[in-house]
Amino acid sequence: MYYNPLIETMPREELNKLQLERLQSTVKRVYEKVEPYRNKMDQKGVKPEDIRSLADIKYLPFNDKTDLRDFYPNKLFAVPMTDIVRIHASSGTTGKPIVVGYTKKDLESWAEVMARSLACAHGSNEDIVQVSYGYGLFTGGLGAHGGAEHLGATVIPTSGGNSKRQIMMMTDLGTTMLCCTPSYAINLGETIRDMGIDKSQLKLKSGIFGAEPWTEAMRAQIEELLGLKAYDIYGLSEMIGPGVAMECDARKGLHIWEDQFIAEVVDPATGEPLPEGTKGELVFTTINKEGIPMLRYRTHDLTTLHYEKCDCGRTHVRMEKVMGRTDDMLIIRGVNVFPSQVEAALVGMEYVSPHYMLVVDRVGTLDTLEVMVEIAQLPADGDTVRILETLNRKISAALQQALGISVKVRLVEPGTIQRSEGKAKRVIDNRNYLK
Amino acid sequence: MFVKQISVFIENRKGRLADFTKVLGDAGVDLVALSVADTTDFGILRAIVTDTEKGVKVLRDAGYTVNITDVLAVAVPDVPGGLAKVVGVLSEKNISIEYLYSFVRNVNGCAIIIFRVDQPVQTADMLRENGITILNQEEIH
Repeated sequence: MYYNPLIETMPREELNKLQLERLQSTVKRVYEKVEPYRNKMDQKGVKPEDIRSLADIKYLPFNDKTDLRDFYPNKLFAVPMTDIVRIHASSGTTGKPIVVGYTKKDLESWAEVMARSLACAHGSNEDIVQVSYGYGLFTGGLGAHGGAEHLGATVIPTSGGNSKRQIMMMTDLGTTMLCCTPSYAINLGETIRDMGIDKSQLKLKSGIFGAEPWTEAMRAQIEELLGLKAYDIYGLSEMIGPGVAMECDARKGLHIWEDQFIAEVVDPATGEPLPEGTKGELVFTTINKEGIPMLRYRTHDLTTLHYEKCDCGRTHVRMEKVMGRTDDMLIIRGVNVFPSQVEAALVGMEYVSPHYMLVVDRVGTLDTLEVMVEIAQLPADGDTVRILETLNRKISAALQQALGISVKVRLVEPGTIQRSEGKAKRVIDNRNYLK
Repeated sequence: MFVKQISVFIENRKGRLADFTKVLGDAGVDLVALSVADTTDFGILRAIVTDTEKGVKVLRDAGYTVNITDVLAVAVPDVPGGLAKVVGVLSEKNISIEYLYSFVRNVNGCAIIIFRVDQPVQTADMLRENGITILNQEEIH
Protein backbone atom coordinates (compact mmCIF):
# COMPACT_ATOMS: atom_id res chain seq x y z
CA MET A 1 0.00 0.00 0.00
CA TYR A 2 1.38 3.40 -1.01
CA TYR A 3 0.69 6.71 0.64
CA ASN A 4 2.19 8.81 -2.15
CA PRO A 5 2.43 6.46 -5.18
CA LEU A 6 3.70 9.17 -7.52
CA ILE A 7 6.80 9.73 -5.37
CA GLU A 8 7.22 6.23 -3.97
CA THR A 9 7.27 4.53 -7.38
CA MET A 10 8.85 7.39 -9.34
CA PRO A 11 11.19 6.04 -12.02
CA ARG A 12 14.79 6.47 -10.86
CA GLU A 13 15.67 8.82 -13.70
CA GLU A 14 12.97 11.26 -12.62
CA LEU A 15 13.80 10.75 -8.97
CA ASN A 16 17.44 11.60 -9.66
CA LYS A 17 16.40 14.71 -11.53
CA LEU A 18 14.29 15.81 -8.57
CA GLN A 19 17.17 15.06 -6.21
CA LEU A 20 19.63 17.12 -8.25
CA GLU A 21 17.31 20.13 -8.36
CA ARG A 22 16.75 19.96 -4.64
CA LEU A 23 20.42 19.35 -3.86
CA GLN A 24 21.49 22.36 -5.91
CA SER A 25 18.94 24.60 -4.24
CA THR A 26 19.88 23.30 -0.77
CA VAL A 27 23.60 23.88 -1.35
CA LYS A 28 22.97 27.37 -2.71
CA ARG A 29 20.76 28.21 0.25
CA VAL A 30 23.08 26.97 2.97
CA TYR A 31 26.07 28.62 1.31
CA GLU A 32 24.25 31.92 1.54
CA LYS A 33 22.64 31.51 4.94
CA VAL A 34 24.73 29.24 7.13
CA GLU A 35 28.16 30.62 7.90
CA PRO A 36 29.80 27.40 9.15
CA TYR A 37 28.77 25.60 5.94
CA ARG A 38 30.04 28.46 3.79
CA ASN A 39 33.36 28.45 5.65
CA LYS A 40 33.75 24.71 5.21
CA MET A 41 32.92 24.90 1.50
CA ASP A 42 35.31 27.80 1.02
CA GLN A 43 38.06 25.85 2.77
CA LYS A 44 37.47 22.96 0.36
CA GLY A 45 37.26 25.37 -2.55
CA VAL A 46 33.74 24.30 -3.54
CA LYS A 47 31.14 26.73 -4.76
CA PRO A 48 27.41 25.95 -5.06
CA GLU A 49 27.67 26.11 -8.87
CA ASP A 50 30.26 23.29 -8.82
CA ILE A 51 27.45 20.84 -8.04
CA ARG A 52 26.35 19.95 -11.58
CA SER A 53 25.43 16.30 -11.11
CA LEU A 54 24.47 14.04 -8.23
CA ALA A 55 27.96 12.52 -8.30
CA ASP A 56 29.38 15.97 -7.54
CA ILE A 57 28.03 15.61 -4.02
CA LYS A 58 31.40 14.01 -3.22
CA TYR A 59 33.02 17.47 -3.43
CA LEU A 60 30.94 18.76 -0.53
CA PRO A 61 32.47 18.72 2.96
CA PHE A 62 31.32 16.16 5.51
CA ASN A 63 29.55 17.09 8.72
CA ASP A 64 29.42 15.22 11.97
CA LYS A 65 27.89 15.32 15.44
CA THR A 66 30.86 17.45 16.48
CA ASP A 67 29.72 20.19 14.09
CA LEU A 68 26.31 20.21 15.72
CA ARG A 69 28.04 20.46 19.06
CA ASP A 70 30.48 23.18 17.96
CA PHE A 71 27.67 25.25 16.50
CA TYR A 72 25.33 24.60 19.43
CA PRO A 73 22.54 25.37 19.76
CA ASN A 74 21.35 26.89 16.51
CA LYS A 75 24.23 28.23 14.43
CA LEU A 76 23.51 25.66 11.72
CA PHE A 77 19.90 26.78 11.40
CA ALA A 78 19.23 28.21 7.94
CA VAL A 79 16.18 30.25 8.93
CA PRO A 80 15.57 32.85 11.66
CA MET A 81 14.20 31.47 14.95
CA THR A 82 10.83 33.10 14.17
CA ASP A 83 10.39 30.53 11.39
CA ILE A 84 11.24 27.60 13.69
CA VAL A 85 8.09 26.07 15.14
CA ARG A 86 9.53 23.04 16.95
CA ILE A 87 12.76 21.98 18.66
CA HIS A 88 13.89 18.42 19.28
CA ALA A 89 17.14 17.24 20.83
CA SER A 90 19.18 14.08 21.17
CA SER A 91 22.28 13.25 23.12
CA GLY A 92 25.61 14.57 21.94
CA THR A 93 28.91 12.86 22.59
CA THR A 94 29.65 15.00 25.64
CA GLY A 95 27.65 17.35 27.80
CA LYS A 96 25.58 19.41 25.39
CA PRO A 97 22.78 17.78 23.43
CA ILE A 98 22.28 17.98 19.68
CA VAL A 99 19.53 20.50 18.98
CA VAL A 100 17.47 20.47 15.79
CA GLY A 101 14.79 22.91 14.65
CA TYR A 102 11.84 22.46 12.32
CA THR A 103 9.88 24.96 10.24
CA LYS A 104 6.19 24.39 9.51
CA LYS A 105 7.15 22.91 6.16
CA ASP A 106 9.71 20.60 7.81
CA LEU A 107 7.01 19.22 10.11
CA GLU A 108 4.86 18.61 7.04
CA SER A 109 7.67 16.78 5.22
CA TRP A 110 8.30 14.72 8.35
CA ALA A 111 4.62 13.84 8.67
CA GLU A 112 4.63 12.92 4.96
CA VAL A 113 7.60 10.49 5.19
CA MET A 114 6.20 9.05 8.40
CA ALA A 115 2.77 8.59 6.78
CA ARG A 116 4.46 6.78 3.87
CA SER A 117 6.26 4.61 6.43
CA LEU A 118 2.99 3.74 8.16
CA ALA A 119 1.51 2.89 4.76
CA CYS A 120 4.40 0.47 4.17
CA ALA A 121 3.00 -1.40 7.19
CA HIS A 122 -0.51 -1.20 5.67
CA GLY A 123 -1.59 1.84 7.66
CA SER A 124 -4.46 3.99 6.45
CA ASN A 125 -7.04 6.47 7.78
CA GLU A 126 -9.00 3.48 9.09
CA ASP A 127 -6.30 2.51 11.56
CA ILE A 128 -5.95 3.13 15.26
CA VAL A 129 -2.28 3.86 15.88
CA GLN A 130 -0.89 3.61 19.39
CA VAL A 131 2.33 5.58 19.77
CA SER A 132 4.34 4.15 22.64
CA TYR A 133 7.59 5.89 21.79
CA GLY A 134 8.50 8.52 24.35
CA TYR A 135 7.10 11.99 23.70
CA GLY A 136 9.28 14.99 24.36
CA LEU A 137 12.65 16.11 23.07
CA PHE A 138 13.16 12.60 21.65
CA THR A 139 11.80 12.55 18.08
CA GLY A 140 10.19 9.09 18.34
CA GLY A 141 6.85 9.95 19.94
CA LEU A 142 5.95 13.18 18.19
CA GLY A 143 7.38 11.95 14.87
CA ALA A 144 5.20 8.86 14.72
CA HIS A 145 2.29 10.91 16.06
CA GLY A 146 2.54 13.51 13.29
CA GLY A 147 2.73 10.83 10.60
CA ALA A 148 -0.29 8.94 11.89
CA GLU A 149 -2.36 12.14 12.07
CA HIS A 150 -1.21 13.10 8.58
CA LEU A 151 -2.42 9.71 7.40
CA GLY A 152 -5.81 10.44 8.97
CA ALA A 153 -5.54 7.52 11.38
CA THR A 154 -6.76 7.69 14.97
CA VAL A 155 -3.77 8.30 17.23
CA ILE A 156 -3.50 7.12 20.83
CA PRO A 157 -0.52 9.02 22.25
CA THR A 158 0.25 6.77 25.20
CA SER A 159 3.99 7.56 25.14
CA GLY A 160 6.26 5.03 26.89
CA GLY A 161 5.76 3.28 30.22
CA ASN A 162 2.79 2.19 32.33
CA SER A 163 2.35 -1.03 30.37
CA LYS A 164 -0.92 -2.09 32.00
CA ARG A 165 -2.65 1.13 31.05
CA GLN A 166 -1.18 0.81 27.53
CA ILE A 167 -2.69 -2.65 27.26
CA MET A 168 -6.06 -1.50 28.57
CA MET A 169 -6.21 1.22 25.87
CA MET A 170 -5.02 -1.28 23.30
CA THR A 171 -7.77 -3.80 24.06
CA ASP A 172 -10.58 -1.31 24.81
CA LEU A 173 -9.99 0.93 21.81
CA GLY A 174 -8.93 -1.85 19.44
CA THR A 175 -5.48 -0.57 18.50
CA THR A 176 -4.50 -1.88 15.05
CA MET A 177 -0.95 -0.51 14.79
CA LEU A 178 1.74 -0.12 17.40
CA CYS A 179 4.78 2.15 17.23
CA CYS A 180 7.53 1.69 19.85
CA THR A 181 11.03 0.35 20.41
CA PRO A 182 11.37 -3.40 19.74
CA SER A 183 12.37 -4.08 23.33
CA TYR A 184 9.28 -2.29 24.61
CA ALA A 185 7.14 -4.31 22.16
CA ILE A 186 8.46 -7.49 23.78
CA ASN A 187 7.82 -6.03 27.21
CA LEU A 188 4.20 -5.23 26.25
CA GLY A 189 3.74 -8.69 24.71
CA GLU A 190 5.04 -10.42 27.83
CA THR A 191 2.86 -8.26 30.08
CA ILE A 192 -0.19 -9.17 27.98
CA ARG A 193 0.69 -12.84 28.35
CA ASP A 194 1.29 -12.50 32.10
CA MET A 195 -2.03 -10.68 32.54
CA GLY A 196 -3.71 -13.72 31.02
CA ILE A 197 -5.09 -11.79 28.05
CA ASP A 198 -5.51 -13.95 24.96
CA LYS A 199 -3.89 -12.27 21.99
CA SER A 200 -7.02 -13.01 19.91
CA GLN A 201 -8.62 -10.20 21.93
CA LEU A 202 -6.15 -7.79 20.36
CA LYS A 203 -6.81 -6.17 16.99
CA LEU A 204 -3.15 -5.45 16.23
CA LYS A 205 -2.20 -6.07 12.59
CA SER A 206 1.19 -4.41 12.34
CA GLY A 207 3.88 -2.73 14.36
CA ILE A 208 6.58 -0.24 13.45
CA PHE A 209 9.64 -0.70 15.57
CA GLY A 210 12.90 1.20 15.64
CA ALA A 211 15.23 3.58 17.51
CA GLU A 212 17.44 0.67 18.56
CA PRO A 213 19.05 -2.34 16.86
CA TRP A 214 17.09 -5.59 16.85
CA THR A 215 17.45 -9.06 15.42
CA GLU A 216 15.32 -11.40 13.34
CA ALA A 217 14.91 -13.51 16.49
CA MET A 218 13.39 -10.50 18.26
CA ARG A 219 11.12 -9.94 15.27
CA ALA A 220 9.81 -13.51 15.52
CA GLN A 221 9.30 -13.11 19.25
CA ILE A 222 7.37 -9.84 18.86
CA GLU A 223 5.17 -11.28 16.10
CA GLU A 224 4.41 -14.34 18.22
CA LEU A 225 3.67 -12.38 21.41
CA LEU A 226 1.54 -9.67 19.84
CA GLY A 227 0.07 -11.49 16.83
CA LEU A 228 1.09 -8.76 14.40
CA LYS A 229 3.50 -8.20 11.52
CA ALA A 230 6.63 -6.35 12.63
CA TYR A 231 8.32 -3.72 10.43
CA ASP A 232 11.67 -2.01 10.91
CA ILE A 233 11.96 1.78 10.77
CA TYR A 234 15.09 3.92 10.73
CA GLY A 235 15.69 7.54 11.50
CA LEU A 236 17.84 10.05 13.31
CA SER A 237 16.95 13.47 14.60
CA GLU A 238 19.83 15.09 12.69
CA MET A 239 17.96 14.15 9.48
CA ILE A 240 14.37 14.59 10.70
CA GLY A 241 13.59 11.80 13.16
CA PRO A 242 11.86 8.46 12.55
CA GLY A 243 10.78 7.94 8.95
CA VAL A 244 14.09 8.47 7.15
CA ALA A 245 13.83 4.87 5.93
CA MET A 246 11.20 2.16 6.27
CA GLU A 247 10.89 -1.54 5.62
CA CYS A 248 8.21 -2.84 3.25
CA ASP A 249 6.55 -6.25 2.86
CA ALA A 250 9.47 -7.50 0.75
CA ARG A 251 11.71 -7.39 3.83
CA LYS A 252 14.72 -6.69 1.66
CA GLY A 253 16.00 -3.67 3.51
CA LEU A 254 14.56 -0.26 4.34
CA HIS A 255 13.52 2.27 1.67
CA ILE A 256 15.23 5.59 2.19
CA TRP A 257 12.82 8.37 1.13
CA GLU A 258 15.08 9.76 -1.53
CA ASP A 259 12.99 12.76 -2.46
CA GLN A 260 14.02 14.07 0.99
CA PHE A 261 17.45 12.57 1.62
CA ILE A 262 20.40 11.62 -0.55
CA ALA A 263 22.15 8.57 0.83
CA GLU A 264 25.77 7.63 0.23
CA VAL A 265 27.92 4.86 1.62
CA VAL A 266 31.55 5.86 2.19
CA ASP A 267 34.71 4.23 3.44
CA PRO A 268 34.72 5.19 7.14
CA ALA A 269 38.50 5.65 7.10
CA THR A 270 39.04 7.61 3.89
CA GLY A 271 35.60 9.11 3.31
CA GLU A 272 35.70 7.86 -0.30
CA PRO A 273 32.28 6.95 -1.75
CA LEU A 274 31.85 3.18 -2.12
CA PRO A 275 30.05 1.40 -4.97
CA GLU A 276 26.57 -0.07 -4.58
CA GLY A 277 26.49 -3.29 -2.59
CA THR A 278 29.61 -2.48 -0.56
CA LYS A 279 29.36 -2.13 3.19
CA GLY A 280 30.42 1.21 4.61
CA GLU A 281 29.34 4.24 6.58
CA LEU A 282 25.96 5.75 5.77
CA VAL A 283 26.08 9.45 4.92
CA PHE A 284 22.99 11.61 4.41
CA THR A 285 22.28 14.97 2.82
CA THR A 286 18.89 16.56 3.39
CA ILE A 287 17.49 18.09 0.19
CA ASN A 288 14.11 19.37 1.30
CA LYS A 289 14.76 20.73 4.75
CA GLU A 290 14.51 24.37 5.80
CA GLY A 291 15.24 24.55 9.53
CA ILE A 292 18.53 22.74 9.74
CA PRO A 293 19.69 21.35 6.41
CA MET A 294 22.51 18.84 6.74
CA LEU A 295 25.19 18.36 4.11
CA ARG A 296 26.84 14.92 3.97
CA TYR A 297 26.12 14.06 7.58
CA ARG A 298 28.09 11.07 8.82
CA THR A 299 25.73 8.76 10.69
CA HIS A 300 28.50 6.34 11.81
CA ASP A 301 26.01 3.56 11.03
CA LEU A 302 27.40 0.75 8.88
CA THR A 303 25.20 -0.56 6.09
CA THR A 304 24.97 -1.46 2.40
CA LEU A 305 22.76 0.19 -0.24
CA HIS A 306 20.76 -1.55 -2.99
CA TYR A 307 19.25 0.41 -5.89
CA GLU A 308 17.36 -2.16 -7.95
CA LYS A 309 13.58 -1.80 -7.93
CA CYS A 310 11.94 -3.58 -5.02
CA ASP A 311 9.31 -6.32 -5.22
CA CYS A 312 6.91 -3.88 -3.55
CA GLY A 313 7.15 -1.57 -6.56
CA ARG A 314 8.96 1.23 -4.76
CA THR A 315 11.98 2.67 -6.53
CA HIS A 316 13.66 4.30 -3.54
CA VAL A 317 17.04 2.88 -2.54
CA ARG A 318 17.09 0.22 0.18
CA MET A 319 19.54 0.16 3.08
CA GLU A 320 20.24 -3.09 4.85
CA LYS A 321 19.55 -3.28 8.56
CA VAL A 322 22.34 -1.34 10.27
CA MET A 323 25.23 -3.71 10.91
CA GLY A 324 27.15 -1.83 13.56
CA ARG A 325 28.78 1.51 14.18
CA THR A 326 32.05 3.15 13.25
CA ASP A 327 32.21 4.79 16.66
CA ASP A 328 31.42 3.65 20.18
CA MET A 329 27.85 4.87 20.36
CA LEU A 330 25.47 2.54 22.18
CA ILE A 331 21.71 2.52 22.01
CA ILE A 332 20.24 1.67 25.38
CA ARG A 333 16.49 1.64 25.76
CA GLY A 334 16.25 3.73 22.61
CA VAL A 335 18.64 6.36 23.95
CA ASN A 336 21.99 7.11 22.32
CA VAL A 337 24.84 6.76 24.78
CA PHE A 338 28.49 7.59 24.24
CA PRO A 339 31.17 6.44 26.70
CA SER A 340 32.63 9.95 26.46
CA GLN A 341 29.47 11.25 28.17
CA VAL A 342 30.29 9.03 31.13
CA GLU A 343 33.84 10.33 31.18
CA ALA A 344 32.62 13.93 31.14
CA ALA A 345 30.27 13.24 34.05
CA LEU A 346 33.05 11.66 36.11
CA VAL A 347 35.43 14.60 35.78
CA GLY A 348 35.75 16.40 39.09
CA MET A 349 34.27 13.58 41.16
CA GLU A 350 36.28 12.95 44.32
CA TYR A 351 37.90 9.64 45.18
CA VAL A 352 37.49 8.05 41.74
CA SER A 353 39.91 7.56 38.86
CA PRO A 354 39.19 8.13 35.16
CA HIS A 355 39.07 4.36 34.67
CA TYR A 356 35.52 3.28 33.98
CA MET A 357 33.65 0.62 32.06
CA LEU A 358 30.11 0.46 30.75
CA VAL A 359 28.45 -2.91 31.07
CA VAL A 360 25.28 -3.20 29.01
CA ASP A 361 23.03 -6.16 29.52
CA ARG A 362 19.48 -7.23 28.99
CA VAL A 363 17.49 -8.43 31.96
CA GLY A 364 14.24 -9.87 30.64
CA THR A 365 13.35 -7.35 27.97
CA LEU A 366 14.91 -4.33 29.58
CA ASP A 367 18.35 -3.04 28.73
CA THR A 368 20.43 -2.28 31.79
CA LEU A 369 23.49 -0.10 32.09
CA GLU A 370 26.01 -0.54 34.85
CA VAL A 371 29.01 1.74 35.06
CA MET A 372 32.04 0.44 36.90
CA VAL A 373 34.22 3.16 38.35
CA GLU A 374 37.57 2.59 40.01
CA ILE A 375 38.22 3.99 43.46
CA ALA A 376 41.45 5.98 43.43
CA GLN A 377 41.72 6.94 47.08
CA LEU A 378 39.70 6.60 50.25
CA PRO A 379 38.22 9.51 52.16
CA ALA A 380 40.69 10.56 54.88
CA ASP A 381 38.84 8.93 57.76
CA GLY A 382 35.52 8.98 59.51
CA ASP A 383 32.51 7.35 58.08
CA THR A 384 34.12 5.98 54.93
CA VAL A 385 31.28 3.69 53.91
CA ARG A 386 28.69 6.42 54.14
CA ILE A 387 30.90 8.82 52.18
CA LEU A 388 31.39 6.24 49.43
CA GLU A 389 27.70 5.43 49.33
CA THR A 390 26.95 9.12 48.95
CA LEU A 391 29.56 9.29 46.21
CA ASN A 392 27.92 6.34 44.47
CA ARG A 393 24.55 8.09 44.53
CA LYS A 394 26.12 11.33 43.34
CA ILE A 395 27.73 9.59 40.34
CA SER A 396 24.46 7.78 39.53
CA ALA A 397 22.56 11.04 39.58
CA ALA A 398 25.16 12.81 37.42
CA LEU A 399 25.13 9.97 34.88
CA GLN A 400 21.36 9.81 34.83
CA GLN A 401 21.26 13.51 34.14
CA ALA A 402 23.91 13.30 31.42
CA LEU A 403 22.59 10.19 29.67
CA GLY A 404 18.87 10.40 30.29
CA ILE A 405 18.59 6.80 31.46
CA SER A 406 18.96 5.22 34.86
CA VAL A 407 22.40 3.88 35.61
CA LYS A 408 23.68 1.55 38.28
CA VAL A 409 27.10 2.61 39.49
CA ARG A 410 29.50 0.08 40.95
CA LEU A 411 32.62 1.26 42.71
CA VAL A 412 35.44 -1.18 42.09
CA GLU A 413 38.99 -1.70 43.31
CA PRO A 414 41.82 -0.03 41.44
CA GLY A 415 43.17 -2.15 38.60
CA THR A 416 39.87 -3.98 38.10
CA ILE A 417 39.29 -2.43 34.72
CA GLN A 418 41.60 -3.76 32.09
CA ARG A 419 44.16 -1.28 30.81
CA SER A 420 44.79 -1.35 27.10
CA GLU A 421 47.74 0.00 25.21
CA GLY A 422 45.76 1.35 22.32
CA LYS A 423 42.24 2.70 22.39
CA ALA A 424 40.76 2.00 25.79
CA LYS A 425 37.98 -0.55 25.86
CA ARG A 426 35.15 1.17 27.64
CA VAL A 427 32.19 -1.04 26.86
CA ILE A 428 31.09 -4.58 27.46
CA ASP A 429 27.83 -5.18 25.64
CA ASN A 430 26.34 -8.52 26.60
CA ARG A 431 23.20 -8.10 24.52
CA ASN A 432 24.53 -9.60 21.28
CA TYR A 433 22.08 -7.76 19.09
CA LEU A 434 23.59 -8.06 15.73
CA LYS A 435 25.07 -11.48 15.41
CA MET B 1 48.49 7.53 72.43
CA PHE B 2 46.90 6.36 69.21
CA VAL B 3 46.97 3.11 67.38
CA LYS B 4 47.40 2.98 63.60
CA GLN B 5 44.53 1.40 61.75
CA ILE B 6 44.55 0.54 58.08
CA SER B 7 41.38 0.88 55.96
CA VAL B 8 41.07 -0.92 52.66
CA PHE B 9 38.42 -0.68 49.95
CA ILE B 10 37.26 -4.17 49.08
CA GLU B 11 34.68 -5.19 46.52
CA ASN B 12 31.96 -7.45 47.73
CA ARG B 13 32.78 -10.45 45.58
CA LYS B 14 34.09 -13.92 45.97
CA GLY B 15 37.75 -14.31 46.84
CA ARG B 16 38.53 -10.69 47.70
CA LEU B 17 38.88 -11.22 51.44
CA ALA B 18 40.92 -14.36 50.80
CA ASP B 19 43.26 -12.37 48.59
CA PHE B 20 43.58 -9.57 51.13
CA THR B 21 44.46 -11.92 53.99
CA LYS B 22 46.91 -13.83 51.80
CA VAL B 23 48.79 -10.66 50.84
CA LEU B 24 49.32 -9.85 54.53
CA GLY B 25 50.02 -13.46 55.48
CA ASP B 26 52.68 -13.90 52.78
CA ALA B 27 54.43 -10.78 54.09
CA GLY B 28 54.37 -12.14 57.64
CA VAL B 29 52.05 -9.39 58.83
CA ASP B 30 49.62 -10.54 61.52
CA LEU B 31 46.09 -9.25 61.92
CA VAL B 32 45.31 -8.34 65.49
CA ALA B 33 41.90 -6.74 64.99
CA LEU B 34 39.54 -6.72 62.09
CA SER B 35 36.22 -5.18 61.18
CA VAL B 36 34.26 -4.92 57.94
CA ALA B 37 31.62 -2.32 57.18
CA ASP B 38 29.89 -3.40 54.03
CA THR B 39 27.23 -2.47 51.49
CA THR B 40 25.82 -4.63 48.73
CA ASP B 41 28.69 -3.91 46.38
CA PHE B 42 31.70 -3.04 48.47
CA GLY B 43 33.04 -2.88 51.96
CA ILE B 44 35.61 -0.99 53.97
CA LEU B 45 37.83 -3.38 55.81
CA ARG B 46 39.51 -1.93 58.89
CA ALA B 47 42.35 -3.71 60.60
CA ILE B 48 45.09 -3.31 63.17
CA VAL B 49 48.17 -5.22 62.12
CA THR B 50 51.48 -6.09 63.74
CA ASP B 51 53.52 -4.08 61.23
CA THR B 52 51.49 -1.21 59.83
CA GLU B 53 54.17 0.19 57.51
CA LYS B 54 54.88 -3.16 55.91
CA GLY B 55 51.21 -4.08 55.76
CA VAL B 56 50.38 -0.86 53.91
CA LYS B 57 53.28 -1.32 51.52
CA VAL B 58 52.42 -4.87 50.49
CA LEU B 59 48.73 -4.01 50.14
CA ARG B 60 49.46 -0.97 47.99
CA ASP B 61 51.88 -3.02 45.89
CA ALA B 62 49.08 -5.52 45.39
CA GLY B 63 46.88 -2.71 44.07
CA TYR B 64 44.70 -1.97 47.08
CA THR B 65 43.55 1.49 48.05
CA VAL B 66 44.75 1.86 51.63
CA ASN B 67 44.36 4.59 54.21
CA ILE B 68 45.89 4.95 57.68
CA THR B 69 43.77 6.33 60.49
CA ASP B 70 44.52 7.02 64.14
CA VAL B 71 42.17 5.19 66.45
CA LEU B 72 41.96 4.65 70.20
CA ALA B 73 42.56 1.21 71.69
CA VAL B 74 40.66 1.21 74.95
CA ALA B 75 41.09 -1.46 77.62
CA VAL B 76 37.60 -2.28 78.76
CA PRO B 77 37.27 -4.48 81.89
CA ASP B 78 35.83 -7.77 80.70
CA VAL B 79 32.94 -7.68 83.21
CA PRO B 80 29.25 -6.86 82.87
CA GLY B 81 28.85 -3.11 82.52
CA GLY B 82 32.47 -2.64 81.41
CA LEU B 83 31.70 -1.18 78.02
CA ALA B 84 28.70 0.68 79.42
CA LYS B 85 31.04 2.67 81.66
CA VAL B 86 33.28 3.72 78.76
CA VAL B 87 30.57 4.75 76.36
CA GLY B 88 28.72 6.40 79.22
CA VAL B 89 31.64 8.77 79.68
CA LEU B 90 31.68 9.60 75.98
CA SER B 91 27.96 10.15 75.87
CA GLU B 92 28.06 12.47 78.87
CA LYS B 93 30.72 14.58 77.17
CA ASN B 94 28.88 14.62 73.85
CA ILE B 95 31.53 12.70 71.95
CA SER B 96 30.29 10.87 68.86
CA ILE B 97 31.53 7.39 68.10
CA GLU B 98 32.02 6.96 64.40
CA TYR B 99 32.57 3.24 64.74
CA LEU B 100 34.03 0.70 67.12
CA TYR B 101 35.02 -2.93 66.98
CA SER B 102 36.61 -5.36 69.36
CA PHE B 103 39.99 -7.02 69.41
CA VAL B 104 40.59 -10.65 68.79
CA ARG B 105 42.76 -10.74 71.93
CA ASN B 106 42.03 -10.26 75.60
CA VAL B 107 44.80 -8.50 77.55
CA ASN B 108 45.00 -8.86 81.36
CA GLY B 109 41.32 -9.64 81.71
CA CYS B 110 40.40 -6.71 79.55
CA ALA B 111 38.66 -6.76 76.21
CA ILE B 112 40.29 -4.35 73.80
CA ILE B 113 37.83 -2.20 71.92
CA ILE B 114 38.88 -0.01 69.02
CA PHE B 115 37.13 3.36 68.93
CA ARG B 116 37.01 5.95 66.24
CA VAL B 117 35.54 9.15 67.66
CA ASP B 118 35.10 12.73 66.53
CA GLN B 119 37.47 14.26 69.15
CA PRO B 120 40.22 11.69 69.70
CA VAL B 121 42.63 13.69 71.89
CA GLN B 122 40.03 14.99 74.33
CA THR B 123 38.43 11.58 74.43
CA ALA B 124 41.67 9.83 75.37
CA ASP B 125 42.34 12.35 78.15
CA MET B 126 38.85 12.10 79.42
CA LEU B 127 38.83 8.34 79.50
CA ARG B 128 42.14 8.33 81.39
CA GLU B 129 40.71 10.80 83.91
CA ASN B 130 37.93 8.28 84.41
CA GLY B 131 40.43 5.53 85.17
CA ILE B 132 40.12 3.81 81.83
CA THR B 133 43.27 2.46 80.20
CA ILE B 134 44.25 3.49 76.69
CA LEU B 135 46.77 1.25 74.97
CA ASN B 136 49.48 2.39 72.61
CA GLN B 137 50.72 0.69 69.46
CA GLU B 138 53.38 -1.40 71.24
CA GLU B 139 51.05 -2.54 73.99
CA ILE B 140 48.54 -4.12 71.65
CA HIS B 141 50.94 -6.53 69.99
